[in-house]
Amino acid sequence: MRELVRSAFVIARRDFTATVLSRTFLLFLLGPFFPLLIVVIFGAATAPMSVSEQPTVAVISTPEEFSELSQARDRLQDTFGALTMVNLEHVAPTGQPQQGARYLLSGKPGVVAVLEGGLGKPHVLGTIRTQSGTAKQLRLFIAEARRSAGNDEREAVHMPVMQTSTAIPAQNVGARAITSRAGQSLLFLLTLLLAGMLLSQLIEEKSNKVIEVLAAAVPVDAIFLGKLLAMLAASLAGIAVWSSVGVGAMAAFAPAGLETMPPPAVGWPAFILLGVLYFAMSYLLLGAIFLGIGAHATSAREVQTLSMPVTMAQVVIFALASIAVGAPDANRTIAAAVFPLSSPYVMIARAAEVPGVMPHLLALLWQLLWVALFLRIASNIFRKSVLKSGPVRRRQRKTAKA
Amino acid sequence: MLRQASPHSWTGEYAVEAVDLVKDFSEKRAVDGVSLAVPAGSIFGLLGPNGAGKTTTLRMLLGIIEPSSGERRVLGHTRPIEAAHRIGYLPEERGLYPSMNAREGIAFMGALRGLKLKEARRRADRLLEENGLSDWAKKPIRTLSKGMAQTVQLLGTLVHEPRLIVLDEPFSGLDPINQGKLERLIRSRAEDGVTIIFSTHVIAHAERLCESIAIIAEGRVAFKGRVDEARERLRPIVRLRTRESDGAWRSALPSTARNEAGEWIFELPATGPEPLLKALIDGGAGIETLAIERPGLHEAFVAIAGDAAARAMEEEPVE
Repeated sequence: MRELVRSAFVIARRDFTATVLSRTFLLFLLGPFFPLLIVVIFGAATAPMSVSEQPTVAVISTPEEFSELSQARDRLQDTFGALTMVNLEHVAPTGQPQQGARYLLSGKPGVVAVLEGGLGKPHVLGTIRTQSGTAKQLRLFIAEARRSAGNDEREAVHMPVMQTSTAIPAQNVGARAITSRAGQSLLFLLTLLLAGMLLSQLIEEKSNKVIEVLAAAVPVDAIFLGKLLAMLAASLAGIAVWSSVGVGAMAAFAPAGLETMPPPAVGWPAFILLGVLYFAMSYLLLGAIFLGIGAHATSAREVQTLSMPVTMAQVVIFALASIAVGAPDANRTIAAAVFPLSSPYVMIARAAEVPGVMPHLLALLWQLLWVALFLRIASNIFRKSVLKSGPVRRRQRKTAKA
Repeated sequence: MLRQASPHSWTGEYAVEAVDLVKDFSEKRAVDGVSLAVPAGSIFGLLGPNGAGKTTTLRMLLGIIEPSSGERRVLGHTRPIEAAHRIGYLPEERGLYPSMNAREGIAFMGALRGLKLKEARRRADRLLEENGLSDWAKKPIRTLSKGMAQTVQLLGTLVHEPRLIVLDEPFSGLDPINQGKLERLIRSRAEDGVTIIFSTHVIAHAERLCESIAIIAEGRVAFKGRVDEARERLRPIVRLRTRESDGAWRSALPSTARNEAGEWIFELPATGPEPLLKALIDGGAGIETLAIERPGLHEAFVAIAGDAAARAMEEEPVE
């Protein structure tokens, strides 16, 4: 086992370096930006976000205080122009304990936080972070409202934020389906774009005859594992670059960021982590199969021919997984979660809709088991069908040329 | 039958042992019951025309493919991959990553065989320097000449200082100067106690280098043993030129004697040279020249593997 991992690492290091340090990798990184560029050129990306796309903060206060806050918001909106502000929604105080928490749990669409304590002692409860764009805007509104009311205090607004990942209220399930579907689609898109590359991975070795050297030196399982890990690492490097650009773009064009989306049931940090893990599993599962299929191709043309059925198979798997959205405990969903190829898509949808991490740990272990099995089967098939033949005889080649 | 023994019970007498190796592909049997025993520290040649089963035999010995039946033990391991760190392999179809530079190519092959990358690079630098390729160390392999690239691959085969070196048609594609270099290198490694197995279809290489050979034809071992033993299977050859073209002396020649451009060529009769010489003199042959030659490996090969195999060998391009 140790030797398998060591050998796989040697191969993965070579492949990763060869991939990432090539000029074509730069093109690969730029690829997803081309459609974005077209959108920008045609002006769609430059249009300001609509008010409805901004998150809403419920303000539990007297009508007077809300009015001051709302006017402050409008003044700032006029000042900043293109930058749209967080929406405010007035809620009359009822005097009941924990009114803010109750309101938040009521699951009103678009409401990401509740502001209480008026202009004097403001504090926030919700799914936003202390330094999020929404929280910063609220502090700005409060400061502006205080200044307008004749309070010339220059000190920064103290507004503690109590962050929460709320349990799902019944009304919010529908809203979370958006996050669920978005997570699934992103996972599918990335796997579709990236796992396909594995089809052509062994062509280089076969055309350069390096496969013979590799197979004599290390177990075939290690060759497969090394190649899978190298391409996974290259893909994650690509995703890291795209994500960084995405975060930068979000900061520039949509400061409210993920807050515009209904928060996933497990919370954003866990959701993003699970997203990365499920991408890795999905990539490894499909990749092991693609690597095995692609290993039989002898040319780039054959890889192109193989790409179509492989893509169609991925679409079918995605369709199977999409039945899980909105019905996390249905039998069909559980069946799709057990089927290894659709399991990562189903489970990322579950992470958006149902709290709790334990099912995900079990799912990841289950998927890992299948990765090992797929790898073993693919490398056995490869060994039997590809490595069986000796070098082409010279005379046969001469005849073929003639 | 080989014992399913651990390397600890390996006596070390034979670096490679194979018993009744068979390899069936869908359309044909490529190797049919090959048995070999390669003494540790020897140079062993696998001789035969292309398609005879040499490469398939080597690939089975190295564990690249599994035999359909039969057993093998390499450096004490019945699973050759377990001994991979002590084996160097140069395949017939040379395999290098063209975009890698020479130094990294050699180091990569060392790392595959268990060396730490830093150590592999250090050794690669030394080997490149020893072989006059230091200036090419950082150049991509695709920019090297064919001979240089072959040398780089050979250095990659040796970088981890293996105890068993398997070379499949190592002289193929090399010019005479590099063939000579390779022969010297093979001898020097053997002097260090390394076992070397190489396949070839060029009899001269096997004759110059090998202590033992196996002649493979149509997937079977037609002969295995020392080169001397192969030669000794044939009687010495007599080459005779006479002043007289006919006479009583002709009855001293065996019926298989043939005349090539005025020279009689035949196997020395079992009675030995003296009765033959006496009969020629008494018969008035007028001997101009008479030479008794020990047969070469080529003649032994023809006798062992048959004319068809020999012709197939001769048809192979000799680089």
